[in-house]
Amino acid sequence: MEGKIAIIGDGESITVFKACGAFAFAAENAEKAREVLRKIAKDYKVIFITEELAKPLAAFLKRFDEEPYPVILSIPSKNGSSGYGTELLKSAMERALGVDILFNE
Amino acid sequence: MARLNVNPTRMELKKLKGRLSTAVRGHKLLKDKSDEMIRRFSVLIRENKALRDEVESELAFVLRQFSVARSVTPSYEAEAAFAMPTVSVGAECEIATVMGVEVPKISVSSKKRSDDLPYAFSEITSEADYSVARAADLIPKMLRLAQIEKTVRMLSDEIERNKRRVNALEYVMIPQLEETIKYIKSKLDENERAAVIRLMKVKNRG
Repeated sequence: MEGKIAIIGDGESITVFKACGAFAFAAENAEKAREVLRKIAKDYKVIFITEELAKPLAAFLKRFDEEPYPVILSIPSKNGSSGYGTELLKSAMERALGVDILFNE
Repeated sequence: MARLNVNPTRMELKKLKGRLSTAVRGHKLLKDKSDEMIRRFSVLIRENKALRDEVESELAFVLRQFSVARSVTPSYEAEAAFAMPTVSVGAECEIATVMGVEVPKISVSSKKRSDDLPYAFSEITSEADYSVARAADLIPKMLRLAQIEKTVRMLSDEIERNKRRVNALEYVMIPQLEETIKYIKSKLDENERAAVIRLMKVKNRG
């Protein structure tokens, strides 16, 4: 099945992906991002969203984990990574295993 | 542990024994499933961590480079230059199953990746070309990360749910059934003894 790729973020971070052929949607704040997401969630299989926008929407994004698609991935924006992705990873690991097997150095 | 509210009859005893053996078998199966899921999960999460670190550092670099490249041209010009992309990437989306959990499986469907950039060379600096090219190379990796991360998240949910089921069987269901079976057995034995004694008494009287 052929799926489309979308990216949601602030204007600057997404332009480069637009040039690569992904569909870019600009959203300046979390509320806007939520609206955009609700609108496009059915049409796009893979949606990248910048960390700044993903963080306030964590509870909303959690709902998409019930189904295989759409896949929503938080990516760092042009301001660099805030460690949010790693945080998500850590919480998933702690929930499943009860222990920390990656970050305990 | 509270026992179930049933009549102490042979019928019930038979039924409960059946349920107990099913529960024990189910418990064993679920436990095995949980073990295997955890094994796969720990493999996946290591890969996820490595890939995420890689993608994040690369992406940060690309975006910074691009933002520098963009800043030398007026923003409306840059917008115009990127408004009409000539390439398009798609993702081949399938569904795989990991231990009964339906997870996404994404592969990049290689659309014609013409080397033409979507704008004229005069419009934008050459740094932008590099960052666009690098971003295009990065997309397959990002898709793979998206797939793995989603799998990890779904698997962790499923592991949690499964753990709950195993615990419910192990600490509630099975002890309850065992207790009830014991109760019915002792009750039946008691009845039998009572019947024997009654017969003996009746016989002695005669």
